[in-house]
Amino acid sequence: MLIASEVTREYRSGDQQIAVLRGVSFEIPQGGFVAIVGPSGSGKTTLLGLLAGLDTPTRGKVILDGHDLTTMSENERAKLRGEKVGFVFQSFQLIPTLTARENIQVPLELQGIDGAAARADELLERVGLAKRGHHFPMQLSGGEQQRVAIARAFANAPRILFADEPTGNLDANTGIRVFDLLESLNRESGSTIVLVTHDAVLAQRAARTIRLADGSIVSDTEAAA
Amino acid sequence: MSDSPSQFAQRGSLGKLAGLTWRESRGARRRLLLYMSAISLGVTALVAIDSFADNVQRSIREQSRALLGGDLSFTSRRPFTPEQQAILDTLARRDNAEYARVATFPSMALIPRSGGTRLVQVRAVSDNFPHYGVITTTPAGKWDDLQSGPNALVDPSLLIALNAQLGDTITLGMGRFVIAATLKDVPGAPGVAEIIGPRVFIPERYLPETQLLVFGSTAEYGVLAKLPSGTDPEKVVASIRPALDSTQLRAVTVTRSEENTTEAIQQLTEFIGIVGLVALLLGGVGVASGVRAFVSRKIDTVAILRCLGASSGQVVAMYVAQAAAMGLVGALAGAALGVLVQFTLPSVFGDFLPVDVSVSLAPRAIITGILVGGWIALIFSLRPLLALRNVSPLQTLRRDADSTILRMRWNDWPRVLVNVAMIASVVAIALLRSSELRQGLWISVATLGVLGILTLSAVFLSWIARKTLRQGWPYVVRQGVANLYRPANQTRSVVLSLGFGAFLITTLYLVQSNLLSRFEVTAASSEANLVFFDIQDDQLAGVDSLISASGSILQTSPVVTMRIAAINDRRAEDIVTEARARRVADSVARARGGAAADPVGRSAGARRRGEAPNQPAGRPSWALRREYRSTFRDTVTSGEKVVEGEWFSAAALRGTSDTGEVSLEKDIGEELSVKIGDVITWNVQGVEISTRVTSFREVTWARFEPNFFAVFATPSMRAAPRQHVILASVDGDPVVAALQRDIVVRYPNVSSVDLSLIRQTIERIVTKVSTAMRFMALFSLAMGVPVLFSAVAATRRDRIREGVLLKTLGASRGQIMRILLAEYVLLGLLGSLTGMLLAIGGGWALTHFVFNATFTPALVPAFMIAGGMLALTVAIGLLAGRDVFRETAMSALREV
Repeated sequence: MLIASEVTREYRSGDQQIAVLRGVSFEIPQGGFVAIVGPSGSGKTTLLGLLAGLDTPTRGKVILDGHDLTTMSENERAKLRGEKVGFVFQSFQLIPTLTARENIQVPLELQGIDGAAARADELLERVGLAKRGHHFPMQLSGGEQQRVAIARAFANAPRILFADEPTGNLDANTGIRVFDLLESLNRESGSTIVLVTHDAVLAQRAARTIRLADGSIVSDTEAAA
Repeated sequence: MSDSPSQFAQRGSLGKLAGLTWRESRGARRRLLLYMSAISLGVTALVAIDSFADNVQRSIREQSRALLGGDLSFTSRRPFTPEQQAILDTLARRDNAEYARVATFPSMALIPRSGGTRLVQVRAVSDNFPHYGVITTTPAGKWDDLQSGPNALVDPSLLIALNAQLGDTITLGMGRFVIAATLKDVPGAPGVAEIIGPRVFIPERYLPETQLLVFGSTAEYGVLAKLPSGTDPEKVVASIRPALDSTQLRAVTVTRSEENTTEAIQQLTEFIGIVGLVALLLGGVGVASGVRAFVSRKIDTVAILRCLGASSGQVVAMYVAQAAAMGLVGALAGAALGVLVQFTLPSVFGDFLPVDVSVSLAPRAIITGILVGGWIALIFSLRPLLALRNVSPLQTLRRDADSTILRMRWNDWPRVLVNVAMIASVVAIALLRSSELRQGLWISVATLGVLGILTLSAVFLSWIARKTLRQGWPYVVRQGVANLYRPANQTRSVVLSLGFGAFLITTLYLVQSNLLSRFEVTAASSEANLVFFDIQDDQLAGVDSLISASGSILQTSPVVTMRIAAINDRRAEDIVTEARARRVADSVARARGGAAADPVGRSAGARRRGEAPNQPAGRPSWALRREYRSTFRDTVTSGEKVVEGEWFSAAALRGTSDTGEVSLEKDIGEELSVKIGDVITWNVQGVEISTRVTSFREVTWARFEPNFFAVFATPSMRAAPRQHVILASVDGDPVVAALQRDIVVRYPNVSSVDLSLIRQTIERIVTKVSTAMRFMALFSLAMGVPVLFSAVAATRRDRIREGVLLKTLGASRGQIMRILLAEYVLLGLLGSLTGMLLAIGGGWALTHFVFNATFTPALVPAFMIAGGMLALTVAIGLLAGRDVFRETAMSALREV
């Protein structure tokens, strides 16, 4: 489903070339649930951006569902994201001027898919916010906002879901409930999940954990069944 | 980067994108509309001015016959000759023309009861004058009684000036009339006409009693013809053209009179129109700044949309659609306001118009205003909107979003394309609004030049701020100065909007003050305060001794009336006829799609023959047909200067040369296309006299002294019948009044003008012009405020974020205030001073090239305007920064 091959990402800072990721390689099969962990500055978010096609590596390849992201244009990658990728962010990233329902409709409408409103209602029901569809993000609590974000992430039935510290802005209990929801939706849809976190408890719930330090993989472990 | 239409179709229907666009705009509509309001006032100006011009032109069309008073008018500087009368008789027989007559001449009016005297414009009219239009009076209905006896109808200002009242006797020459009523509305004369010369209407049959129209008197004899309906006045004139030319009778049809009036009005509206155009462009600059602010707020949303699969083309399309819609709403609002404003324009400019303007909706003006305004809003917002393509979906993962990511490369081709489209739009609109190609190009070049210089000065300010910043300066000053060059600074947008506004207002002021002061200076520069004219040869000694008893005579000039008979042996009428024939041939050629006259005025035939521009065919017939009031003397006066050729030769002054010599005023020389050495034959009251042109003079016409187009060496005109003009200096108002009265009583045909009266007249005209100019300046100022707001708003978000952060770090309210103050004072100083300097350049160019006047910068008022603009900038800056004080430090923590 997702292949990272010798992925390196460097940034230029003044005269210096700084490598944030150095030759990272791994494969994630369809339906897998992988946690990427590591201390701050280890390159987790950079790796997530590269895997999701938000950025391109300096060297190496990323193949998502058979598509080589490194050879695609930004607009081709955007199209692929719209069709096959879902996102959940730490800071929810809902569009403040749209209601909860309208936020969920966005990925479908960008692709011109009919029945976006019905699908949004269905997902709102699924995340327990059927009655809050007409509310704007600022009228919702953090947990509710993240549930809307999760519903939006599943709106286009993504083949793969990227979650960046999805519970980072939530209290422990809400965090657990939100994650449960993420997990159950994933089970139902058969999506692949790539989770970036430094929450050890959350990482333990993943089937596989890739640990990064200083831009390189230091361990890649499968959880005991 | 952008999508082709087919790709769009694949991605999803436009309808769905439109739906998303509409919903996404929810929170932004009001803000975007606020930014777009900068365009509204520009559209208001365009719609108001164009509607007004439309209304005036329609009114002229509707009232054209009332303007002329008939279908056709014939005028002559002398009583109609038997040959001229024969033409009128033919028309009466053949075309059933009916005639009304009017003789117009200046005369001294005296009120015996109060002793007041004043130079007036007398109009002696026949009983059926005018054929069309209604002259109204106070009390009403007195026009119809005018012919019932020796009555006079006068302008209200005359009653005040002469301390007279209704029922008083008014003396004109030897005639005595009773003031029956005052004039309320006379078609065909602008309101200011009354200020220049108060009018007195009297019945024609009492004209001989005045004994005013004697040999050489300045008078115009007019006959107004009424033709049966269905008769085309143009055809009637064409049928008698040869007779008109040979008898030197001037005929004006209702169509021609309408064209002349419309042309004059067009010049007025074109000048105001330039202000409207510049206001619109200023609005465009405001829109660009506002949309930049809007774009910086949309970075997060765009990043999310990009994450969710939106292409950069879709994102730009969404926001362009929002901006276009809001721009249209802004333009619509501006158009609505413009429709309201046009109702006030007749009261501002009405005094300068010869017709009563009836205001009604002008659909063409409204639609043009909306389209042009909408387009300017769209094209100026495109530039900042293009920057949204730079927003990466990666932004969703990073919290360090700032507006520096919106910077575009200079050679980014869509940006270059938009820049070219912006420039092309400015040029196209300027060209569309100008009657002349050259003028349109100059306006475009000047506007783009001003914008370019302001941009450069902003860049220079950023650079100098960076270079001069010193660690030793107090922190708040350092921070304020550093704000001028830090990433995403507002230096360029504020300097551009502020400087442009200051430029516009100061230029208007400088041009106005220079034009008006020119009148005042020239009126004041002369020693003379009284001029007496129409003095007959046999009255000269008597008038001379009366004046000498009260004051001193500064100059006595003989005046000889004459016409041009021939130039270099070609008869004037032949030249006129030939020129007319060529014009007809050209218009026929034009109608057939053939070659027409080229821009330098050569006919197609002239071009084929390779003739130079302005050959005799190009001579305007008015210069050839007019009556010249010339003088003869041996020396150059202080108000004129020989600019080409040489003053009269000793032989000419002795009268020993074969041909007499003449010096022409430079402009009339150009009009006649004559050069030094050419021979002009003059018809001096039946006697033909040939003279060689030996020099051209530049004449200061505005000086309070008699000036002449043609000055002859004395021997050539010694025998010519003449009148005289005397320029005198007499001290004390009572002495002046007494002298004027004495002369009127002894020599009723001699008219006099008091300089203090001229001063009053100038002051009253100046006041009226100033009101109109102030109206435009205030309008420009009102325009500048929203534009400046938009410019400041563009970086407001960064400013608040930074201010809150500073507060978190312990900065006091006062410190933040001083930082803002330092920044806005510097921005205000640079913007207003650059605007002022540009305005001095612009004012000079306009005064020098367009109005042909000398320019003196009015520095004190210019600095006052600059100071006002500076205060405005600081006030708006602090007002926009008030959210910094309102936000708590907690909000910064929440952001992290």
